[in-house]
Amino acid sequence: MFRIVEKKQLADNIYKLRVEAPRVAHSALPGQFVIVCTDEYGERVPLTIADYDTSDGTVTIVIQAIGMSTRKMCALGEGDALADLAGPLGNPSEFVNIPLDELRRRRYLFVAGGVGTAPVYPQVKWLCEHGVAADVIIGAKTASMLIYTDEMRRVADNLYIATDDGSEGFKGMVTGKVRDLIENEGRHYDECVAIGPMIMMKFVALTTREYGLPTTVSLNALMVDGTGMCGACRVSVGGQTLFTCVDGPEFDGHKVDFDEAMRRQAMYRVQEGEANEKHKCECYGK
Amino acid sequence: MANKIPRVAVREQDPAVRATNFEEVCYGYNDEEACLEATRCLACRRPRCVEACPVNINIPAFIAEVAKGDIAAAAETIAADSSLPSICGRVCPQETQCEGSCVLGVKGEPVAIGKLERYVGDWHLAHGGGGGRIAAANGHRVAVVGSGPAGLACASDLAKMGYDVTVFEALHKLGGVLVYGIPEFRLPKDKVVAREIDTLRGLGVRFETDVIVGRTVTVDSLMEEEGFDAVFIGSGAGLPRFMGIEGENLNGVVSANEFLTRANLMHAYDEVYDTPIYVGKRVVVVGGGNVAMDAVRTAKRLGAEATIVYRRSEAELPARREEVLHAREEGIEFRMLTNPTRVLGSDKGWVRGISCVRMKLGEPDGSGRRSPVVIEGSDFDIECDVVIMALGTSPNPLLKRTTAGLETDRRGCIVTDDAGATTRQGVFAGGDAVTGAATVILAMGAGRRAARAIDEYVRGKYSEAK
Repeated sequence: MFRIVEKKQLADNIYKLRVEAPRVAHSALPGQFVIVCTDEYGERVPLTIADYDTSDGTVTIVIQAIGMSTRKMCALGEGDALADLAGPLGNPSEFVNIPLDELRRRRYLFVAGGVGTAPVYPQVKWLCEHGVAADVIIGAKTASMLIYTDEMRRVADNLYIATDDGSEGFKGMVTGKVRDLIENEGRHYDECVAIGPMIMMKFVALTTREYGLPTTVSLNALMVDGTGMCGACRVSVGGQTLFTCVDGPEFDGHKVDFDEAMRRQAMYRVQEGEANEKHKCECYGK
Repeated sequence: MANKIPRVAVREQDPAVRATNFEEVCYGYNDEEACLEATRCLACRRPRCVEACPVNINIPAFIAEVAKGDIAAAAETIAADSSLPSICGRVCPQETQCEGSCVLGVKGEPVAIGKLERYVGDWHLAHGGGGGRIAAANGHRVAVVGSGPAGLACASDLAKMGYDVTVFEALHKLGGVLVYGIPEFRLPKDKVVAREIDTLRGLGVRFETDVIVGRTVTVDSLMEEEGFDAVFIGSGAGLPRFMGIEGENLNGVVSANEFLTRANLMHAYDEVYDTPIYVGKRVVVVGGGNVAMDAVRTAKRLGAEATIVYRRSEAELPARREEVLHAREEGIEFRMLTNPTRVLGSDKGWVRGISCVRMKLGEPDGSGRRSPVVIEGSDFDIECDVVIMALGTSPNPLLKRTTAGLETDRRGCIVTDDAGATTRQGVFAGGDAVTGAATVILAMGAGRRAARAIDEYVRGKYSEAK
């Protein structure tokens, strides 16, 4: 069992859980994910690691309560325990293996969307701790849905906010802000990392391709085991079929077949919808 | 001497009923049936069954004990060579091993060695399991990677020798392929697998789930930071193969591993569990091994019309004969000498069928089986909404990537000597991780062999130190 030591609501339906998992905290690096089961009946849900602390042996995950499993997870409180938390899975971000002197000559632009902002944080934090400058764009529908802005401000060189309705920062999509930085503010970037909804990553990749800006995306494909066994997370990258869990989760955004990836992500949506309805009835119907 | 008693038939669930549930197909022998079947054994002076058994169980001896009604003695006889009789009695391919060599099989039906082994194993579990002498604790620690048959067998023997053993399992449940792969209707999880694991707990073996060796910890960290004297790798062969044909990434194409893991490990067929499974109306399973049979019979139980597509003929089906027979009884359609060429998709990206060609058998290939050859112009389509690929599996490359000095061959299998020692000092391996996908009994045998090698290695290490 993995005890929840801290729970915090970050926005509507978005919660942060800090969980005791000393072995995972000890081995985690930016870019990796964990598989979480709420209880013995729960699904194995892949979630990107939002933070890890070797000093107290905790791992932080950020969850958006959208399906039955994520809602069950978010219904737990401090002192409760998750049945299972396995990881860290997947490969760490590429930059952790690049020599620092080379890395420090690069300028990174992170584009974070929605709940995908959480896994961007440990990446920018790692770069900041290693003296590498990174700018960050956080996008959300509206100001109240923004998460991790204070934490990000502490580790980012420049932080930009973009909201669809203009309630905070730049009015428009993150792709608009990317264009604005490059075209109007004369910024130059060597690497872009985009993490967020699949549709956002697709359009960020389309945008950066115009500028020849290499772009890494972190895919949140469907998975069962997360260790290479099931193949549910198959993704086409440059015409080759790869497994998100063992070959990723980060891939070259200019080579990912996003349309296929989005279609595959919806594979169980009908059944999930039914399960959600059933769960709602059981929880609220009586 | 001719044998007058016919082979005692084993009682099974009615096919029409069992095709709608996940209860075990075979009920096994009761005391009288087992005793009667045991009297059929001729107690050959040179028993060919023993030679044909991958771990050389003293078959005539345990059968004689069953005939006498001394089941405890029979259990002890089997335990000298096998740790998991309840499991092997259910899943071993007896027709190509012990029973395939039985003298009685020449003119009639061989002794039902598998069913008798299962009877003894189940009797033993029902009477508390365990057994075997346990040496005093020697203070040395061994880590076992993976809780499948190889790991369990290795852990059991080491614990009996007095070692302090910890088994690390990547998934959230123990048992490896016995739990995620083999369905409940063939191998009951609570009644058999969980009890075998409890027996190990009784021997003092510790288990840690949710630990992926190569990610959560490494072989190096286990030996250098956590103080394990040796490591046994029994991580199996879990990576599924796909055909590489067009349309394989359509929604509705899954590996047998995914389909079976959802059903077996995640209990997707049970409403109380949250994991979904998509079965559709018509399922095509590609492949002819035990995993293909497990997948197709699971699909049938979940309400689909289910078909096996296999590129060779029935004689070459690698599955256990009993599984093929059971599948037929349950109404599975078999399309032999048929090979898929393309998965057909709807405009929304879901499977709507599979294009195949007919095959004929040509010259024998490297495996000795006649290799299938395409009949040109024989293309045809099968309508279906789910395609399950059961084409075999290969070992996970994670341990090789994260363990310096651990050699693997070009198939990704870990290289070991006959005793199970890898190219890395103090690290041993056995089972599918070494051989590629094989059988439970071979994995179990390899785990036990490695336990002896580990004992020798650790003793050597400490006598040198003195």
